Amino acid sequence: MKTSVSSWVKSGSPWIWLNAGAVAISMIMVVSLITLIGVRGLAHFWPADVLQATYSQGGSSRTVIGEIVQSEQVSATQLRDAGIAVAAGVDSLERKLLKTGNRDIGGIDFTWVLDRDLSERAFPQMLFTVERYEWGNFYGFLRSFKRGDQVIASYAGSAKSSDYLALWQLLELSIARASDIRDKIYKIEKDQIGSINHEMERLRLEQRRWQLQGIERGAQIDAINLRRQQLDLDYKALEDQLITLYREINRDSISAEVSSGEIVQIEVAKIVRVFRANDMDQWQKSLHYLEKVWEFVSEDPREANTEGGIFPAIFGTVMMVILMSIMVTPFGVVAAVYLSEYAKQGFTTRLIRIAVNNLAGVPSIVYGVFGLGFFVYMLGGSLDQLFYPEALPSPTFGTGGLLWASITLALLTVPVVIVATEEGLSRIPRELKEGSLALGATKAETLFKVILPMTSPAMMTGVILAIARAAGEVAPLMLVGVVKLAPTLPLNMNYPYLHLDQKIMHLGFHIYDVGFQSPNVEASRPLVYATAFLLILVIALLNLSAVAIRNRLREKYKALEV
Amino acid sequence: MSSASTSKTPDIDFNTPAMVRNRKFRAFKNRLASGSIAVGGLSIIVAILLIFFYLLYEIMPLFKAASIQPWQHQQTSSQAYQNPGQGKTWYLALEEQAEIGLRITDQQRAIFFNARSGEIISEQSITGPEAATATSFAVVSEASGIFAIGYDNGEVSIVKHQYTSTYPNDMRMITPSLSYPLGEAPIKVGEVKIELLAVSNNEENWTIVAGSNAALTQTNISAEENLFTDELEITSESFSLPRFDFAASKLLMLPGDRWLLAAGQQGKIAVFDLQAEDGAKLSQVISATANSIQTFALLLGNNALIIGDSLGNLSQWFLVRDEQNHWELQKIREFQSSSNAIAVVAMEHRRKGFATIDANGELHLYNTTANRNVLTAQLGNSGAVAIAYSPRSNALLVEQQNTIQLWQVDNEHPDISWAALWEKVWYEGYQEPEYIWQSSASNNDFEPKYSLMPLAFGTLKAAFYAMLLATPLAICGAIYTAYFMAPAMRRKVKPLIELMEALPTVILGFLAGLWLAPFIETNLAGIFLSLLTIPTAILAFGYGWANLPKKLRNLIPQGWDAALLIPVVAIATLVGINGAHFVEALLFSGDLRQWLTDEAGIPFDQRNALVVGIAMGFAVIPTIFTITEDAIFSVPKHLSYGSLALGATPWQTLVRVVLPTASPGIFSALMVGMGRAVGETMIVLMATGNTPIMDVNIFEGMRTLAANIAVEMPEAEVASTHYRVLFLAAFSLFLFTFVVNTFAEVIRHRLRKKYGSL
Repeated sequence: MKTSVSSWVKSGSPWIWLNAGAVAISMIMVVSLITLIGVRGLAHFWPADVLQATYSQGGSSRTVIGEIVQSEQVSATQLRDAGIAVAAGVDSLERKLLKTGNRDIGGIDFTWVLDRDLSERAFPQMLFTVERYEWGNFYGFLRSFKRGDQVIASYAGSAKSSDYLALWQLLELSIARASDIRDKIYKIEKDQIGSINHEMERLRLEQRRWQLQGIERGAQIDAINLRRQQLDLDYKALEDQLITLYREINRDSISAEVSSGEIVQIEVAKIVRVFRANDMDQWQKSLHYLEKVWEFVSEDPREANTEGGIFPAIFGTVMMVILMSIMVTPFGVVAAVYLSEYAKQGFTTRLIRIAVNNLAGVPSIVYGVFGLGFFVYMLGGSLDQLFYPEALPSPTFGTGGLLWASITLALLTVPVVIVATEEGLSRIPRELKEGSLALGATKAETLFKVILPMTSPAMMTGVILAIARAAGEVAPLMLVGVVKLAPTLPLNMNYPYLHLDQKIMHLGFHIYDVGFQSPNVEASRPLVYATAFLLILVIALLNLSAVAIRNRLREKYKALEV
Repeated sequence: MSSASTSKTPDIDFNTPAMVRNRKFRAFKNRLASGSIAVGGLSIIVAILLIFFYLLYEIMPLFKAASIQPWQHQQTSSQAYQNPGQGKTWYLALEEQAEIGLRITDQQRAIFFNARSGEIISEQSITGPEAATATSFAVVSEASGIFAIGYDNGEVSIVKHQYTSTYPNDMRMITPSLSYPLGEAPIKVGEVKIELLAVSNNEENWTIVAGSNAALTQTNISAEENLFTDELEITSESFSLPRFDFAASKLLMLPGDRWLLAAGQQGKIAVFDLQAEDGAKLSQVISATANSIQTFALLLGNNALIIGDSLGNLSQWFLVRDEQNHWELQKIREFQSSSNAIAVVAMEHRRKGFATIDANGELHLYNTTANRNVLTAQLGNSGAVAIAYSPRSNALLVEQQNTIQLWQVDNEHPDISWAALWEKVWYEGYQEPEYIWQSSASNNDFEPKYSLMPLAFGTLKAAFYAMLLATPLAICGAIYTAYFMAPAMRRKVKPLIELMEALPTVILGFLAGLWLAPFIETNLAGIFLSLLTIPTAILAFGYGWANLPKKLRNLIPQGWDAALLIPVVAIATLVGINGAHFVEALLFSGDLRQWLTDEAGIPFDQRNALVVGIAMGFAVIPTIFTITEDAIFSVPKHLSYGSLALGATPWQTLVRVVLPTASPGIFSALMVGMGRAVGETMIVLMATGNTPIMDVNIFEGMRTLAANIAVEMPEAEVASTHYRVLFLAAFSLFLFTFVVNTFAEVIRHRLRKKYGSL
């Protein structure tokens, strides 16, 4: 049986299909977006094979070495406009983006090459990649290893021989040694000297405080000076240690040959890790991959946030979200309880409910403006005048910081908690409340022993949703306290341990900053994708858990209602 | 009853002291809980109100009128005092702190005096030629304190008054002094008595036009400080200007040495082009007013002219260049004033504002950009002889009837008015009134342009394109999900949409800016072609499906069509994008993007409204989807069952029964979605070029209110006009979304009630 077009149209089916299409399109959009970010972000850590090829263009040819990052089709017109000869009849050509590294030598670390101009392609086993603390990646052939000025081992061939492996072994040992020393240096510089500096600053402020009170000398000042001398001595001792360590770490260096044939020196102290991507099997690559992913989530950023990890951003986000939840949970719950249990129901409560609901729809940037004006400039400014006059004119709380960021976000997310809790409260059967009251419990007892425990999953849902929203919100934070690079974590070993006045790094802002304000866009892009993926992952997990809790809650009340 | 109860002693005594105490304690706890919950609940409500009122509090000063009062210093107000020193006043000036006043008299005396009490601090003669009388005076620059005096022997002195602050014994002391930027010796600019004088100065280049109507000379001077000897090296050239057929009473020189303005009889103004191709010439004579010109002075920046006449008409003029590169002096705006002759005018040093006093002693403060008469006040009842603004515009020094008084002016934000924010304003240097947002620039005499129009326009444009994508997708999707979809699939779709809602906008923005924008630029035709291929493919598939054998169709349960369509849509998109270059080759000479700019003349930005529309549409879809879906899903089932039972098809039931019932809900969904699109910051910030232009072109960017706040707020100086205008922008956003959302909420509330009664 055949359905005619007219009867098909008459039945309304085309419309239904189009509606179904809208759902399909939305699903495809969500899934492909997450896939895109996931693939781009996660692929970055995989050690891609390094290509060596001869690139001939306009009569001259040179050797290029690099990882293929991207390939795309360019239209012939565009190429002809750029002055590149393209045979007639060719519509488009493939071009590849090569990550050639060696920024210290060539100036740029990414180049576009036309696929048709590449010849003698090879993936030499001995080609090695150096991840460095400065200047990005290095690609080349390892040639020799030096200790001081003395060449310990060298190798000139291109096959994987025992000589080469010995040289490689030497290098790996040296890197491990340098890494140990670096850890020691880091400990001294960050922890010990950091805390000395911190204390010095505190002493300076203390002295200034006395000065403001008109005390220029006396026991207090003497104590400060004494402590300062002590710290100076400590500092001297640490400095001596550092000098030795720096001498130690700078002992070894290697030389390597780059694509142009030039020999380049690299100090081992500047090396993060070395590997021969073309010589690794899948298993080794997977290990390397995991190592890189771990580095990404656990290390500090390097090179203006374009390399290394995002640990401070994760930490900052988590700190801020925790502080925010501490503030938002009690207030949100209390407000919800007040609205649905205590306040007289009527026009006013309805009005308030509408207002609360709508606050969730007020643009987040408005909260940012409010936070900046009210919290930072007004409250913070007054706090500084009252409690930190010694630090003025440099502001303590009178500038964006962790505290203001979390309060602003708490304000932003409080409607979420209120709405979720109220929903939970409204689902509690009247009989339970009345039963409790009938047994002689006071209203407060009913609330704390019967109602609230039963509402707790709803509150959880609210708080989780609030956290998910806060973790992804960036616009208000740009005004009230995030920075692109925070020198220290907001929680550390220096008194008062939790630094509420400190500016923090934030995952969302990190994405904006690295993606759009970075000096080296190509190099940082994969990291932005990876950061975005991490953020999506966290938020998706939070949301799904909120959904799960909500569903369980509903099931539970279904049982109650029977 | 009572006997029974009394005869039987109760087993438990409820009134033991311990229990009474316990009850009291419990009651106390109960009260405490009630109290603290009320306090906590109310504090949240207060917090909400606080946002509203705080924003208002920051905005209010913008619209406050100015005020004036005698200068207050240590609880005493400054009184009028006799003119310090001898002679008639030519010029009055005030120092930065409004502590010291300067009076230049017709006897070439410079008298520095305490502006509050009139006590003379120092008095000196201006070094001029011996045995010559001063015949004319010209202000070179109010802001840098430079003026010029012309003498009857054809010489000119250029003088600068300046002040140095020292802090002996922690007290501020300001010492006034005079200096001569071109050296103490007067400059010879001609032979005749200087009746007319105009000087312009741009760093080390000076232009002096001096002489009389019969013989004018132009002198160009460059004064360079020798790097080694610190000596001033002055080179000058002088040439006489042709005799113009115009009786000038006052001259003004515009910067750039090209234009000379002259005020003449019967309200005439003349414009001289000193650099015309065939030598200096009179280029324009206009009748500026029907009455005689009383004041004739240049506004800050020396580009705009303020003319006041004998009947109190005040107007602003500047040179406007037309399409043919012709310059013409045009009247830009008139100011509201009284009908008495304008006696004196004083220019602000750092803003485009000025003050006038008319013949009856009525003071007016104006701002030109906002065309606002900020203040009208009566100062005495006689016209003023001289008036001076302090550099900070917080004080006015007024001389009336041989007495001088210092007035304190409170005029924080004169440059904002309804017109300045929302109407077209003719800014200096522009050909016509325009909407412009340009809040800051590097130079001091910049005219800030705070038109919120381009931003509001950009906001609505972005929201419009976002809604264009989101509305059909979200509503159609919600209809299908709520009404046709199998419950099992619905349980999978809904969390996915919720996840879509939770996606941080910074991620959408970054993808839009870094991935989507270049993608669209290369696949522009593909995107548009997909708009065709996707619906076609869906319909074709649907029709094909209807014609498949029943056996095959029954394999897929009802309500899973959307899942079937996923591969169809994916393939249709790929076909659309990859097939586009055939269409392009056929219609658009190979490249739509090139064709647009080259052939169609449509400008194309990489980060444009299309990109924003798609990215923000993505962010808005879940909002609209959820509310619409909810509204449709909660339409009571018996309504649709009834309709179906009467023989209507599911589609008929949907369109005739379900949708009309749910339509208020759908409408409120659209409003909430709109609210979200209007306030979205990060996507717009990252996916557009953030240029505040007003153009509906989908291929150009925009700047929205929210993005503008994010960009400029961190740099805005606290409590400045700029800062407050940004607060105003935030407040508008707040109000807009609040109103829209409340409206939507009220509609939904009614709907819920309606469903309840059904």
